Amino acid sequence: MRSAVTHSYSVGWRSLDILQLVLGMLAVAAMTISMWAALYYAPPASNLAGDEQLAQRIFYIHMGCNIGALAGFLMSVIGSIVYLVKRDLDWDRVSQAAIEVGLICGMGTILTGMFWAKPTWNTYWTWDPRLTTSAITVLVYLAYLLFRNGIDNRHTRARFASIYALVAFLSVPLTFYSARLFRSIHPVIYGAENVDAQGGFSVGPTMTQALQINLLGFCILFSALLVLRWRQLRNEDAVAELREEIA
Amino acid sequence: MSKKALSVEPQPTPPVHIDLAAHPITMRLDGGLLAYLSKVAAVFAKDVRAELRGREIFTTMTAFGVLAVLIFGMAFDLRVPRSEMIAPGVLWGVVLFAGVLGLNRSFGAEVDRGTLPSLLLAPVDRSAIYFGKLFANLFFTLATAVVILVVMFFIFDLNLFQPYNLLAVLLGVTGYVGVGTLFAALTANNRARESMLPILLLPVMVPVFVAGVALTAGVLDGKAWEELNQWFGILAAFDAIFIVVAFLLFDLIWEDA
Amino acid sequence: MSENGLIVARNIVKRYGRKRVLNGVEMCVPQGQVMALLGPNGAGKSTLLRIISGLTKPDRGEVLLGGVSTRKAGHEIRRYIGLVAHAPLLYDNLSAWDNLHFFARLYDIQQPAARVEAVLRAVDLWARRYDPVRTFSRGMTQRLAIGRAILHDPPVLLLDEPDTGLDPASAETLAQLIRVLGSGRRAILLTTHNLERALAWADSISLLADGKIIWSASTEGLTTERLQQAMIGLGINRFHPS
Repeated sequence: MRSAVTHSYSVGWRSLDILQLVLGMLAVAAMTISMWAALYYAPPASNLAGDEQLAQRIFYIHMGCNIGALAGFLMSVIGSIVYLVKRDLDWDRVSQAAIEVGLICGMGTILTGMFWAKPTWNTYWTWDPRLTTSAITVLVYLAYLLFRNGIDNRHTRARFASIYALVAFLSVPLTFYSARLFRSIHPVIYGAENVDAQGGFSVGPTMTQALQINLLGFCILFSALLVLRWRQLRNEDAVAELREEIA
Repeated sequence: MSKKALSVEPQPTPPVHIDLAAHPITMRLDGGLLAYLSKVAAVFAKDVRAELRGREIFTTMTAFGVLAVLIFGMAFDLRVPRSEMIAPGVLWGVVLFAGVLGLNRSFGAEVDRGTLPSLLLAPVDRSAIYFGKLFANLFFTLATAVVILVVMFFIFDLNLFQPYNLLAVLLGVTGYVGVGTLFAALTANNRARESMLPILLLPVMVPVFVAGVALTAGVLDGKAWEELNQWFGILAAFDAIFIVVAFLLFDLIWEDA
Repeated sequence: MSENGLIVARNIVKRYGRKRVLNGVEMCVPQGQVMALLGPNGAGKSTLLRIISGLTKPDRGEVLLGGVSTRKAGHEIRRYIGLVAHAPLLYDNLSAWDNLHFFARLYDIQQPAARVEAVLRAVDLWARRYDPVRTFSRGMTQRLAIGRAILHDPPVLLLDEPDTGLDPASAETLAQLIRVLGSGRRAILLTTHNLERALAWADSISLLADGKIIWSASTEGLTTERLQQAMIGLGINRFHPS
């Protein structure tokens, strides 16, 4: 199949395969270490007790998902800009894959946040800036995917989706800033500005290490999933093109 | 240059004299800002005139807006002691949802009637179409907002016509149609056009919504300028950033008409 | 292939999906000539016209109008193009006068009122100028669409099946317009399904099939029968003349 489709990809099939294999293995290792760090290595928070103390460990995974969502957004912006400049559909696939993986990470952020919030704040949801921004970001991602669905022409779809991705990305900082100006009860771990924040805990050195391990681990996981999805999209498009050629 | 009367006789037998060359045209070819602005004005005038003849946009937006205010009024009447508590949210929520109806039509009508290529054939940067329609949408949506404010005045017994609030509505709606006109162009040819526009638009409009609600609430609470100017800053920043970005990206939409 | 044409298409390739609708179209319409483009349904005639008018970009190849490449020229080159498409491209809520006046403003026409009047009289719609376009018959709408296309007196005129659905009187007005316009400094490219009209109106004929121009000839001395034979000989029998 590969020889019949004449494309010059910026990253060739073979390189992508190798990259996926390497990243996949790294991701397995990294996530194992991350889970160990979060659930075992990190000491329990000293100022909390009982359920709250146990639930605090979700924090590491929560931040990990957060960085995955952020990475997704950034990669999609890069993919969109490069597509609009070069008109290479492969970059549009990167953009789409980044948003799909970012969406999963974003939903993970919200879910882990909710599971952490219930024992800590006794509520699943509040309209604080970070949660608000996460929710809006997930909606923007979903809208992107739904939007793509409604356009048949490949290049038109890539072009329009790129335009939307860029505009949506620009709105996120403003959303965050405006929500923050409104109110916040989200614990601010680094930099305590808000005296109303509840459930905060001081982060010692071991906890910082555990956090860093998790952030790195989730970055690797994100990359592995991104490359996997990217490859899948390439395959899908190649099959579709062959089908059109035969028809 | 004297005007020559041209005669066209409808029956085919006598030879017909069509002499367009007798009235040569002069076009201003130097382009420039004035020519650009005149085309923006032409698109704006055309949209407004077409709406006055067709009355699709304003009536639907206003009808929806009034209905929504009434429904919210009824819904909250039983539980909410003071209408100031929900008025800001109702105002901005209803304006946002009603605005989508008008935005949908701004490019939807062109696509449905097949007139879009005629605009694209014009010898002008496509952003002129963006600005022309932006001003038209601004006009219609502000008119709808005024009607909503009037209805809220009666239903909620609140005077929302105070200057800071009106300024907030002006800035907020400007940002709204700035992004909305771009997204309307993006969704005009989409299969799920009507539902796609609000799904794309509303999440991106959250800063405007939050700022708008904060400002209306602040005005109702009697807050001073010092407390309100941060929100105006957000609205102004939103308007500036997004209109510039939309202006830059608008041309990319039309490569395959 | 003479390169001195007012309308020159070089190696135009256009794909929709994987299907090559246009696969290396070469064409040249000299100044002062009317060319009729014939071809079976779905051959890509409309697509080619849209590419020449600049509405669609070709995947490969270029279009030269008066020697200027449309790819490199900015929006100003659209001033020199007039297009009559399948859709009338008119606002049916507005009157004929409002429509043409709007387009006159878009094309920077000085003294638009005088020009709009001249064009409306030329297409025989002056009497109905204040009526909304939605009340017009098909023939009247088509005449107004042609009026819109010639409003700014473009040297390049592209007509996509302008005679479809026209009553004989409107068709006659159209024929006269083409006769008057298709000389001097203009070039007209039109598509049609009607072989008789193509032979009567045009100076030359080109045949588009399988994504290429497969045949080109002057209409001088060419009869309908000879044209039909040539087409059958070239394998085009999916064609319904008049």
